[in-house]
Amino acid sequence: MSDNEYKVGSNLEKALKAGYFVATGELGPPQNADGKVIEHKAQFLSGIVESVNITDNQTAVVRMSSISVAVMLMRLGIEPNIQMTARDRNRIAIQSDLLGAYALGVRNLLCLTGDHQSFGNHPQSKNVHDLDSISMLQMCRDLRDRKLFQCGDAIKGQEPRFFLGAAANPFADPFDYRPYRLGKKAAAGADFIQTQLIYNVPKFAEFMRRVVDLGLHEKTYILAGVGPIKSLPAAKYMATKVPGMEVDPEYIQRMSNSTKGLPGLEEIKAMEPKEAAMAKAARKEAAQAEGIRICVDIINACKDMKGVAGVHIMAIEWEEAVDEICRNTKIGPKYDPARQPA
Amino acid sequence: MIVAQQKPLEEIKAMIAGAEKVLILGCGTCVTVCFAGGEKEVSILASQLRMATRMAGQEKEIREFTVQRQCELEFNALAADYVADSDLILSLACGIGVQTMNEQFPDKMTVPGLNTSGLSQPTEQGVWEERCQACGDCVLAETGGLCPVARCAKSLMNGPCGGSQRGICEVYADKQTPCVWDQIYHRLEALGQLDKLMEVRPAKQWQTSRDGGQRKIVREDLRL
Repeated sequence: MSDNEYKVGSNLEKALKAGYFVATGELGPPQNADGKVIEHKAQFLSGIVESVNITDNQTAVVRMSSISVAVMLMRLGIEPNIQMTARDRNRIAIQSDLLGAYALGVRNLLCLTGDHQSFGNHPQSKNVHDLDSISMLQMCRDLRDRKLFQCGDAIKGQEPRFFLGAAANPFADPFDYRPYRLGKKAAAGADFIQTQLIYNVPKFAEFMRRVVDLGLHEKTYILAGVGPIKSLPAAKYMATKVPGMEVDPEYIQRMSNSTKGLPGLEEIKAMEPKEAAMAKAARKEAAQAEGIRICVDIINACKDMKGVAGVHIMAIEWEEAVDEICRNTKIGPKYDPARQPA
Repeated sequence: MIVAQQKPLEEIKAMIAGAEKVLILGCGTCVTVCFAGGEKEVSILASQLRMATRMAGQEKEIREFTVQRQCELEFNALAADYVADSDLILSLACGIGVQTMNEQFPDKMTVPGLNTSGLSQPTEQGVWEERCQACGDCVLAETGGLCPVARCAKSLMNGPCGGSQRGICEVYADKQTPCVWDQIYHRLEALGQLDKLMEVRPAKQWQTSRDGGQRKIVREDLRL
């Protein structure tokens, strides 16, 4: 620990330690080398969340590197939380990147196993998996707290100090084991946990009851993963096609109901182009508004759950929605009344 | 056992294109048991190649022979006369057999007719599932007798990732491949050993696997 009693002293750590119900955001880097994309997305997150996760080639699709995007975000005044997977880097490469990331000013790190490369655009590639998320956490904690490389050699000079995060999926199987696996992550060094997207509140509540019974909420900060649903097809897709995700039928019904009373797709087909465009826009707007309302409801439910320290808002390719979500739930540095100057 | 599959015929035809006399050399051990490179498969492939080369107007002299174990010099020595009288050897052994032949008969090229694809268990007629990756540091005592190195798509050592649902691994297109960590969990639960899954397993030391370079066992007690 440093002098100020913080492990690292990042915004995220400070807000969590202060006991605020925190909000973190997420930004998916582009599949090209255009830094302007980052600037565009960043404006919707700046000042609204504590820190912004930057994915590491999510779903195994090649994207701009997490650490380079982190540097761009810091220039824009946003605190990054870099994600690092064990899929593409062995322990040598991970430690090397972390030395550099710390030197560049990065302070938050999410340790992940990573999506398998068969889901991405280079299924021919070799997968590394030298470590898994848990042994990576252990390594990163030892780098910070024991000033030791994974091999046991001492770090001479500045050690890389990161506020360490890990993921948890309450909806994967075996359900009974999931709280214990979260416990292993806490034991391996996770200072905070960000969960998979929650669209099944009762199941998440049951998961949290077990986590609290094990006392894990006192060992690590748990942020509930949330995100606005963009459309009815998106809800159905998540419900049926994404492994490890569960969507409460109630939300599918609400998304379906959101466009009731508006012209249907068949009616729109028969319209003049201009009128059709307006009708389509109205449907989209109504669905998106309901998607945000559902997200707000889920966050409010999470606020009432013991052991939940905040939310991680994943509005990938819809960063604009984050401001409204935080405003309507009164969370985060901008909208939490407890955090406004008197 | 070591399991293998025959390469596509077109690839085999391309490999033997420059030769007049080809010896197809089978192996009587693992690849016979997995129906890829035994006497019967040698015979079928020989017929296919004779027919194919005849139809192409470039008929080749195709010979057949199968040794008991192509990974051992003594057995391959029995094929020496055939080898001497051939331009090229098409081996239907695993990669070990192919290399043994190349080492033993350096004047003749031996090419692979099979793709070697794992240390597998025949789980039902016509199905072989990989069970061991020969990592050199067996963890089966800790994992309920099921191997996460070979059977988890990410070789995880600390339990199932978030892609395990209803006992199925998300990675495989067939959506039927079991998540081995789900199987490990239920086996250890049945054995009353779930405590093994609560411990953090540190980073695996891969130097005993192929990552440390080619492995070699030397048993001084057995050397002459």
